[in-house]
Amino acid sequence: MPAAVRAEGWGWRHASRRAFAVRGLDLEIRAGERVLLLGSSGAGKSTVLAGLAGVLGGSEEGDAEGRLLLDGAPAGTRRGRAGLVLQDPESSVVLARVGDDVAFGCENLGVPRDEIRRRVGEALDAVGLHVPLDASTARLSGGQKQRLALAGVLAMRPGLVLLDEPTANLDPDGVREVRDAVGRMIERTGATLVVVEHRTAVWADLVDRVVVLEPGGGVSADGDPATVFATAGDALAARGVWVPGRPVDLPHRRPPRPGEPLLRTASLQPGRGRTPVGLPVDREIRGASALAVAGRNGVGKSTFGLTLAGLLPPVAGTVGALPPLARGLGPEPARWRSTELLTRIGAVFQQPEHQFLAADVAGELAIGPRAIGAAPADIEARVDELLERLRLTRLAAANPFTLSGGEKRRLSVATALATRPALVVLDEPTFGQDAVTWRELVLLVRELIDAGAGVVAVTHDSDFADGIDADRLVLAAQPAGHAR
Amino acid sequence: MTAATGRTGTPPGASGTPTGRPPGGAVAAAVRGANPIAKLAASAVLAIALVFSLDVVSASVALALELLLLPFAGLDGRTFWRRTLPIWAAAPFAGLTILLYGRSSGTVHIEWLLVRISDGSMELALATMLRILAIALPAVVLFATVDPTDFADGLAQLLRLPARFVLGALAGLRLLDLFGDDWRALALARRARGVGDAGRVRGFFGQAFALLVLAIRRGSTLATAMEARAFGAPGPRTWARRSRLSRADALLVAAAAGIAVTAVGAAVALGEWAFLGGR
Repeated sequence: MPAAVRAEGWGWRHASRRAFAVRGLDLEIRAGERVLLLGSSGAGKSTVLAGLAGVLGGSEEGDAEGRLLLDGAPAGTRRGRAGLVLQDPESSVVLARVGDDVAFGCENLGVPRDEIRRRVGEALDAVGLHVPLDASTARLSGGQKQRLALAGVLAMRPGLVLLDEPTANLDPDGVREVRDAVGRMIERTGATLVVVEHRTAVWADLVDRVVVLEPGGGVSADGDPATVFATAGDALAARGVWVPGRPVDLPHRRPPRPGEPLLRTASLQPGRGRTPVGLPVDREIRGASALAVAGRNGVGKSTFGLTLAGLLPPVAGTVGALPPLARGLGPEPARWRSTELLTRIGAVFQQPEHQFLAADVAGELAIGPRAIGAAPADIEARVDELLERLRLTRLAAANPFTLSGGEKRRLSVATALATRPALVVLDEPTFGQDAVTWRELVLLVRELIDAGAGVVAVTHDSDFADGIDADRLVLAAQPAGHAR
Repeated sequence: MTAATGRTGTPPGASGTPTGRPPGGAVAAAVRGANPIAKLAASAVLAIALVFSLDVVSASVALALELLLLPFAGLDGRTFWRRTLPIWAAAPFAGLTILLYGRSSGTVHIEWLLVRISDGSMELALATMLRILAIALPAVVLFATVDPTDFADGLAQLLRLPARFVLGALAGLRLLDLFGDDWRALALARRARGVGDAGRVRGFFGQAFALLVLAIRRGSTLATAMEARAFGAPGPRTWARRSRLSRADALLVAAAAGIAVTAVGAAVALGEWAFLGGR
């Protein structure tokens, strides 16, 4: 039985925040509707999903206003009626074996054993995850983990399925897998569906209604996808929504003439430990230019980026820093001190959380400048400038971990730029970003390049690579039998 | 107690535990596949009997019988040595400590500062060493093939421990794998952020704190994911995997009890049994 949703002046404020995440939301979703929920970064979309799933917690977690109803009853009281799939595939896996993980929700709901067995088989089939029931969940790919999470939700036979940016952390193959799995699921169950995702093109064919949330509360557009995208397309694009068929508008640019060589690799094979990944790479990286690094999953793109950034020593071959970059230091970035790296090579990790060290956003930005011994007044000026440039001023006092995905990404880029490195290495900077953040990242990287910096971006996003006029490097796997 | 919702008859150890390719044999398979609660009980029986008997005879009889049976416990040689190496290393050290500093009685052979080696301390040292081996070897060998999920099932279903607690711990255990990766990523990230030059000790604590923060974040996300799947829902919980005790489990515990009784019995018969060291 599909579930119906009704919000009446609903609002929620996290205990640690002054402002409401959502306020004054009035919304009705009929049973069986398939809704794409849009809105700019920080409009409270995830909060709405968490509220519907009944996982916002009690009054110690925050304050609620108005009513949020599932089949006419407060959403928190209807355990099992709504199933939620979260963004991070790593955190949604509960148990060690595939079959056990899918069964987990059913067990909690007290479903009889034989019934669970049947449902687990059906759910795995519906999401197209054809692995043995005792397969290890740790060894699944990101796309497989998300399909596993979806199967775990399906096995509970929920009337409402909630997907919170289910493909944001996935590469293009993973995105397709998850999308197809959701499509099959809808065909089979007819459950009400609410998806939050910036990449609307992925979901446009699957949903029959688009709802756009206003930051601070309220609904600004609501209707069938074609109508909403046609009538509110401009407003949506301005709010960061990827409107299907509408490329992000970037100013025309003539890339600068590449500058001096900064870094040269010779037969470089990166790797973790002593095992090289991928084939040897010979490549020169110049200032005032960009290099986009692509390649299939598992070919060692991230490891390659970390090695160029002087964070991992090469397993074979060399990374040679040339004088404009080394500025008096030896040629091996991996041997430089951490503070010496700051003004030479900046690294932006795929998972921004790994890079956060301070209790608030402003403190986070001050760490690099302070480490290189900048004067307090200069530090303050630099922090303010970055806050302003990356639209983080309002969040200066917020804990970095509490930011939204887009805000975290902007902050992690800003921390790397704070010390003006000559070379910047970015790992999948655009994963899961809304169109506004995406455009900002392109413009920011362009600015960096125009100012003479070299940029290496490990990315699956060819629009991004085009946007920054990057040369391409496609990493190749080692021939079978040679690898690992 | 088999993998999921799945076909019955798969030994749990076969799925996730790193036992390599263990030796075959019906007994070995039965021990490997025994209910973790039976393994816990067998280890406990031996431990209790030997903790109370501080003499050479009971410990050596128990150890001798165990060594006869361990080859049938379902571990291949490599895994056996890898898992039990710490015990082989720790037992002589414990013995040595007792030898040098233990309660002395009888003839004193060497005396130097606090060190006093006597007949009594020599006997006590030997008994301690044998006792550690006799308690720890079977426990480690039996638990080497325990799958955490099956153990949790047993704890909750057979020993009736609260499901919320057991499953929370089980899910948390899975996060440990992630922490290894997080730790490595954090080390790189700290270097990238310019704080990687701190001294080894300060750096370690800084990074450990960062890992703690990340762990709490991950933990709370996992808790949300579990809650979203009705974890902690009111009403009775069912179990997809039934944890029950079989005849093989009973035999395993009986074997352990047999060893314990034989060991203590032999010591008593020879008049050597030392209950808690007293005689």
